[in-house]
Amino acid sequence: MMPRVENAEELRVWREELVKARDPNQPIVRVCLGPGCLAQGADKVAQAFKQTIKEKKLAVEVRPLVKETGCHGFCKIGPLVNLAPSGLFYARVKPEDVESILDLSVVKGEVIERLLYSENGTQYKTAAEIPFYKMQQKIAMRNLGIIDPLDFEDVVAAGAYQAAAKALTEMTPEEVIAEVERSGLRGRGGAGFPTGRKWRTAANALARRPGPAYIVCNGDEGDPGAFMDRAIMEGDPHSVLEGLIIGAYAIGAHEGFIYVRTEYPIAVKNLRTAIKQARELGLLGKNILGTGFDFDLQINRGAGAFVCGESTALFTSIEGKPGEPRPKYIRSAEEGLWGRPTVLNNVETLANLPGIIQNGGEWYAGIGAKGNSGTKAFSLVGKVKNVGLVEVPMGVPLSRIVEEIGGGVPGKDRFKAVQTGGPSGGCIPYELKDTSVDYDSLTKAGSMMGSGGMIVMDDRDCVVDVARYFLRFLEDESCGKCLPCRLGLKGMLEFLDRFAKGKGKIEDIDELENLAQAVKDGSLCALGGSAPNPVLTTIKYFRDEYEAHIKEKKCPAGVCKDLITYRIDPDACTGCGVCAKNCPQECITGEKKKPHVIDESLCIRCGMCLDSCRFEAVKVE
Amino acid sequence: MNQAAIDLDFILDKYPGEPRYLISLLQDVQAEYGYISPEAMSSICDHVMVPISRAWSVATFYKSFSLEPKGEHEIRVCLGTACHLKGGERIAEGLEMELGVQRGETTDDLKFTLETVNCLGACALAPVVMVDDDYIGGARLSAVRRYLKKM
Repeated sequence: MMPRVENAEELRVWREELVKARDPNQPIVRVCLGPGCLAQGADKVAQAFKQTIKEKKLAVEVRPLVKETGCHGFCKIGPLVNLAPSGLFYARVKPEDVESILDLSVVKGEVIERLLYSENGTQYKTAAEIPFYKMQQKIAMRNLGIIDPLDFEDVVAAGAYQAAAKALTEMTPEEVIAEVERSGLRGRGGAGFPTGRKWRTAANALARRPGPAYIVCNGDEGDPGAFMDRAIMEGDPHSVLEGLIIGAYAIGAHEGFIYVRTEYPIAVKNLRTAIKQARELGLLGKNILGTGFDFDLQINRGAGAFVCGESTALFTSIEGKPGEPRPKYIRSAEEGLWGRPTVLNNVETLANLPGIIQNGGEWYAGIGAKGNSGTKAFSLVGKVKNVGLVEVPMGVPLSRIVEEIGGGVPGKDRFKAVQTGGPSGGCIPYELKDTSVDYDSLTKAGSMMGSGGMIVMDDRDCVVDVARYFLRFLEDESCGKCLPCRLGLKGMLEFLDRFAKGKGKIEDIDELENLAQAVKDGSLCALGGSAPNPVLTTIKYFRDEYEAHIKEKKCPAGVCKDLITYRIDPDACTGCGVCAKNCPQECITGEKKKPHVIDESLCIRCGMCLDSCRFEAVKVE
Repeated sequence: MNQAAIDLDFILDKYPGEPRYLISLLQDVQAEYGYISPEAMSSICDHVMVPISRAWSVATFYKSFSLEPKGEHEIRVCLGTACHLKGGERIAEGLEMELGVQRGETTDDLKFTLETVNCLGACALAPVVMVDDDYIGGARLSAVRRYLKKM
């Protein structure tokens, strides 16, 4: 049964007692249940730990607690297991490894070398030593991988709600806003609007028009390749709740909403549990911590529309209508949900707030770069060795994230480009690898921060194809309300389709640029307004590749289907016949154990032969 | 899809009869029955007091709603950026050929529904295919075909 916390002092004392009662020698097994590890079977590993511990009847002093934590970040080598107090870090753990981890590492304190992570010949015993972790600084993701998000004693012991208690009892709403302004925190959802200023606008609007006001958490993380908000909502939902309480108090809202993608069922479940716990503890609902402040929350699930990440579209969706944006002559901070002052903050923004209130705005402003304070979480994916979730101070060079933390492109000495900002962002070429990763520098390079997806591309990725991929995505997701986006994106896509088929004309590139500019200028919301970015940046930095598609009718990266041919390398082919068996066109022939050949006139370039060949004998040209 | 689906009235009673709960109700019905039947749609409209035209506009605007029953097994090919770069599109095309349906469609025997999704958040395993609740990471078309044959 959960105790109700009557006031801030009680919360502080409770936390102290919880921390004091902890035995530093208590063995703990932390199993990562983040998105990546879960997909690799981490839930079965956690289950195996619980089961085996029960069966083994271990002595109390060596019987570990099993914590199912949020994302540890290093998805590439999951499922991950961290042991305390030894700090041992095991990678790619399978349920069959559980017994030896318990017998050897937990009970006897031995190291199991085969489960350690090694890189360039060095074996690492603890996570802190690994370059991937060493260069990170965690604020928004501070508790991920450490706490069990649904164990409220663990959450309180980690310091949750102390900042909210401080704000509610020691600060006026005005002081809270001023503190956030001092921190320089900018919205982590992509646009980078100063959070403090947004709050002040809403507070002022409410003062002019008394009545209800709302605070909304944007957890509609729609950018493909971005999953940091998911990791926070799943692995530390209470930090999102705490951020919302602080924000609600600052602007004077008594009702809040969390808008989560329905594709994130675990995030929905964990947020629901967290809300229920916070209500029982008296941290949500009436008279929070005895201060007389009332605030409660509800969850709205997104229903699969990318445009709902846009503020006004998200609001109409909460109101139960199709998510179409409206022109923003009046900011939604002034007129948002049901026409009332509404603040919309992203998940990561909210998770940063407790630290700012606890340590002060000055502290936060001292981290990161000028005008771009704090840290930012990125999901580092694509053609990079260490795929995973990272959090770094703003202003670090792009190359540090991709090459030092990410380990660069596997088997190659350089990347070709990095796409930041998702479908609304742009491609930054290798030549600009020293670009400082902050809102302003990325915008200057023609891209944007976006929500934090960072997709690494190598020389086998075609920029025309990538631009076409994003454009197709956005054309499909365009809500259709305004013409520049609805028809402009279609028109742009037609150009790219022609290029990919080798049917473009050289003057098309300029026309495409003109059309892109028109879509950018004329669209109603940010979806259309930023949609041309991938096209414009790839033309700017990789014009020669566009020209190769048009003039030589060649796709230099070997991606665009109509411009490539599949060929079997006779030296590598063993004549096993698997490709011939899989070919839907039956256009691969050859004698057994002799090199096979593809009949190009019948080949539809489906890639089945490439996919099925175990000897890398199928070549793309 | 739930085998022994719970009563529609039970779902309706979870929400107050206000227009703002339209989407939540449609989502719960979708989750319970796998699709939204015309009968369920009109009961929801009566409950939250909105015209049926509005419920149709909502149900056709958002991607997660289906107005037709889905297959027994749902195959979701991830076409997120990381999966796209690593050949997700080729897998989707291959499965279309294999199953004889386009993406978004269900096979005639109601066994499989083939879907593509924008990102499953498991980019470390790209390309990823999900069959019901199981992830197939580092997916190759041949492996997915073998997996489906066993079902």
